[in-house]
Formats: sequence, C-alpha cells, structure tokens
Amino acid sequence: MERRTIFGGWLLPVAFVLPQLFVTIFFFLLPAGKAIYSSFTQTDAFGLHTRFIGLANFINLFADAGYRASFGRTAVFCALVTLLAMALALLLAVFADHEIRGRAIYRTLLIWPYAVAPAVSAVLWMFMMHPEVGILGRLLNRIGIPWNYSLNGIQALGLVIVAGAWTQVSYNFVFFLAGLQSIPASVIEAAHMDGARGFRRFRTIVMPLLMPTTFFLLIVNLVYAAFETFGTIMALTRGGPGEATETLVVKVYRDGVINLDLAGSSAQSVILMLIVIGLTAVQFRFLGRRTLS
Amino acid sequence: MHRRFDWPAHLVLLLGVGLFAFPVWLVFAGATQDPGAINRGDLSLIPDFSHLGIFLSVLLHGYGKNESQPVWHMLMISAGMALVIAIGKIVISVLSAYAVVFFRFPFRMTAFWTIFITLMLPVEVRIIPTYAVMADFRLINTFAGLTVPLLASATATLLFRQVYLAIPDELIEAARMDGAGPIRFLIDMLIPVSAANMAALFVILFVYGWNQYLWPLLVAADPRLDTIVIGIVQLVSGGHTLTPWNTMMAMAVLAILPPVVVVVAMQRWFVKGLTEVEK
Repeated sequence: MERRTIFGGWLLPVAFVLPQLFVTIFFFLLPAGKAIYSSFTQTDAFGLHTRFIGLANFINLFADAGYRASFGRTAVFCALVTLLAMALALLLAVFADHEIRGRAIYRTLLIWPYAVAPAVSAVLWMFMMHPEVGILGRLLNRIGIPWNYSLNGIQALGLVIVAGAWTQVSYNFVFFLAGLQSIPASVIEAAHMDGARGFRRFRTIVMPLLMPTTFFLLIVNLVYAAFETFGTIMALTRGGPGEATETLVVKVYRDGVINLDLAGSSAQSVILMLIVIGLTAVQFRFLGRRTLS
Repeated sequence: MHRRFDWPAHLVLLLGVGLFAFPVWLVFAGATQDPGAINRGDLSLIPDFSHLGIFLSVLLHGYGKNESQPVWHMLMISAGMALVIAIGKIVISVLSAYAVVFFRFPFRMTAFWTIFITLMLPVEVRIIPTYAVMADFRLINTFAGLTVPLLASATATLLFRQVYLAIPDELIEAARMDGAGPIRFLIDMLIPVSAANMAALFVILFVYGWNQYLWPLLVAADPRLDTIVIGIVQLVSGGHTLTPWNTMMAMAVLAILPPVVVVVAMQRWFVKGLTEVEK
C-alpha cells in the first residue's frame, strides 16, 4: 500500500474520495450509529424523553422466547440452505469439469440462474408448489400427501429453504468449477497412476485441494442465507404461517417497520451487525477473501 | 482421440439444467394459457404460441387494476436502478482507489478504512435507522433515494486498488516521462488496464441492482417507483385470487429476462470476474 505515490497535491485526491466517503458516512455509518444508540436507550410513548437503559433492550430480547426461537430457526435455515446449495453445486461442477461434448453449453445453462433475484425465484417456486394451482403442489395432494405451505409451518420452512438454495447454486457452481479447473492435470494423472480413481480419488486428492474454495463458499452462503433470503421469504410466506419462516432479518422487518418497536428492533439490528462482523472477520482472518457488497 | 460417451456426466448435468430450466419454462408456458384452465389446475407445459400477446398486454397495461403501473414502466425503473448502481459504483470506486494508491493526502488511511467498513453493514442490518436518515435527506420516494445510498462499494474499491498496485513500475515511469498529468494518467492508463475488471463488475453489479428487493421496499412506497421485482412480489404475495394467473406468470418472465440476458451475453467476463473479484 505504501509503494505508489506519483502525484503531488491533495485537493484532487480528496475530491476523488469524497463521493464514496459521503455515501459511506451518511448512509452506512450514521444509520449504524443510530441503531447502536437506540439499542441502549428507551423512548417514552410520546417520543419526548429518551433515557439510557444500558443492556436492558438486549436482555429483554433474549428473554423473549419468540426471539430465541427465531435465532434457532435462522440457524437451521442457514445450515440447510448452505448445505443444499453447496452440495448440488459441487456435484454439478465435478461433472461439468469432465471433458464431454457440449460442456460450454452445459455451463451456460447452469450459470444463468445467477441472474434471478431471490424474491423472483420464490415467485417461480410459488407457481410450482401452490397447493391448488401449482403443478407439483397439486400432484402432492393428488397422491395423498396433504400439501399446503400456507397452513403447514414445516412445509413452509422446507419450501423457503429449497427456493433459497435454488438461487444460490449457480454462484457456488462457478466457484467450484474454477477451483476444479485450477487443479493441475499432473496431480490428477499421478493419482490415476497410483490407482486412485472415482470417488476415492475425489475424496483423497480433489477434495483437499478444494478446501479453500469450500470454506470461502461456506461463509458466503451463510451470509447469503441469513440476509439475502429476505425477499424469498417475503414473497412466499411473509414469515408465516405464524412465525414458521420468520428468520432474524424478517423479524427485524416485522418488529421495526410493521410493529414500529424502535428499541427492540434496534437491538436486533445490533445483533445482526455483530453476526456480519463476526463472519467477515472469519473470512479475512482465515482466507484473506471478501464478498461483494 | 476417441472417448467413450460419458453418460453419467450427461445425465447429472441434464438433470441440473432441468432443475433450473423447468420452473421458468413452466411459468413461460403458463403465461400463454387461459387463466381459467390454470385455475382448474390444467396447466399445460406446451405453450400456446397464439397467446404471446399477453406479454405485450402486461407491458402496456400492467395487471389491469388502476393502481398498477404498466410493466414497461417498472422495467424502466429497474433498468435505471441497475444501471445507475452499476456505473455509479464503478466510477466512485475507481476514483477512490486511484486517490488512495497514487496520492498522499491527510487522513488517507482513515478514508480507506471508512470505506472498508461498509462491507460489514449490509442494508439488512440497518433497516430501521436508515429510514430516518433517508427522511432527513428527503430521499424517501425519490429515484435518487433508490440508488445513491447504495453507491458505496468496499469490494470494488479494494479490487481496483489491487489492480493499480499490480501495474508494473516501468509503465508508470513511461507515462510520467510523457508528462501525463493526473487526469490524463487516469484516463489513458488506468481505465484501459482495468477495462476487463470493469466489464466483470458491471455484470455483477447490474444483477445486484436489478434484484434489489428490501431497499426499494423500505424507501419507495410510491407505486410510480415500483421496480419489476417489487411489482411481481406485491402481486403474488398480496391478493392473488383477483389477478389472472397468466398475467402474473407473464410478469415473472419479464422480471427474469433482462438480467439473464446480461449475464449470458457477458458470460466470459462475468465468470472470470466473479472468481477474481471475490478472492
């Protein structure tokens, strides 16, 4: 970072960083600061007096069984979305790495879903799984499995997990494929000569070399599942039925924007901030990698 | 070299392709059918090509109710948002990376780390306080409000900084000998060497902008600022007993098409860029 300096003067560089700094300070730091401030305070019903109450908002939050349940639900949701999206992507990448006819076409046909918004992918799944109109939803009902995700919480959670994972597979596919292609052919050939083939070769040679990619994707997918699936859940179930699909982000939205509970939702925002900071720190500490924002 | 037909690979890949293509095909086919038949559950997977007019109809008239914007208007808002965010983020990040790498100025590192912090503060964690700040700036229900607050990008700044640091000294010396001033140097030297990175970032950020859902939901309740994503979700999660299913399906297809075209058309840069940007 210290190497390059070739131009003098400070007016021009300051003018150049100013637009980005302006956006960062006013739309990132200021709101974050406000959230931290209101998470430690309480405002009376008329909005006239605000007093400092220490950690009371956080204590109330974790004393609330609904919040703890949302925490647990989010953990399960994130784990399953991540597992599903990564396992499927790895499987497809392993076969797309074979030298087969039409591999370029296969790749294009597996990459385009990256462009589908999480919220819109939920719409696609709704059209398939709607109990009366959806082609698969109807099929389930017809073969005797009572399917209605707007009444059954487990089914709703399963559906948002599948829809959430569906959107993320392409992204993981691109990274796994790049990871596989960066493994030198000589390594694979050497393994081949030693008699390691098929799944054994994959487990003992390929998988260890893919570990950095896998770990990077693990963090990215957890962040994705925790935060960016808001649109998926809102479009399919709006957090319901009841609280069956209410993840932490959906809860902040429901409590803050719909129920206007400022102190509680600010404390929730601060918890979410700590989660992102934790995940980002892990990513930098162990990988020196980052995600796009 | 003669290879055996690798049928397991074809089988797995075809299933994968089907898993992604099927929902979109279903929705496309459904859009061209009689809404009554869809309601009865008689959705055919063979599109009725004589009813492609449904796409034109939603483009021009939306979904019929008075409060609905025509879909072309939603597509314009989405495209505007995606373009302003993609181009704006790239411009802002190129400028700040340039300043940080090639100049010395007071609080240079403070500025750099301040930008860096945005990585840790996605919209989702700032839901409530952001609204108040937006209201103070009178940005609620404005197009500027939809875009400007999303323009900071730590990732893009870090990427361009890396690219600039990797430029060989000889090239910089040569430019200096030619007597290039700071602006000339930026335009003639830095922008061309990072053109491929910009193309890759453009695709990623265009998709990011197009697919925004929470942000417009928070700051733009005015239906005249509805993006296509907001429009379709509202329609589907609201009272969808009233809207004909084929209309909703046609809208879903139109919501997906533009970003998919961008990704497929710019696939080469996108794939290379994605793995580079995020490492």
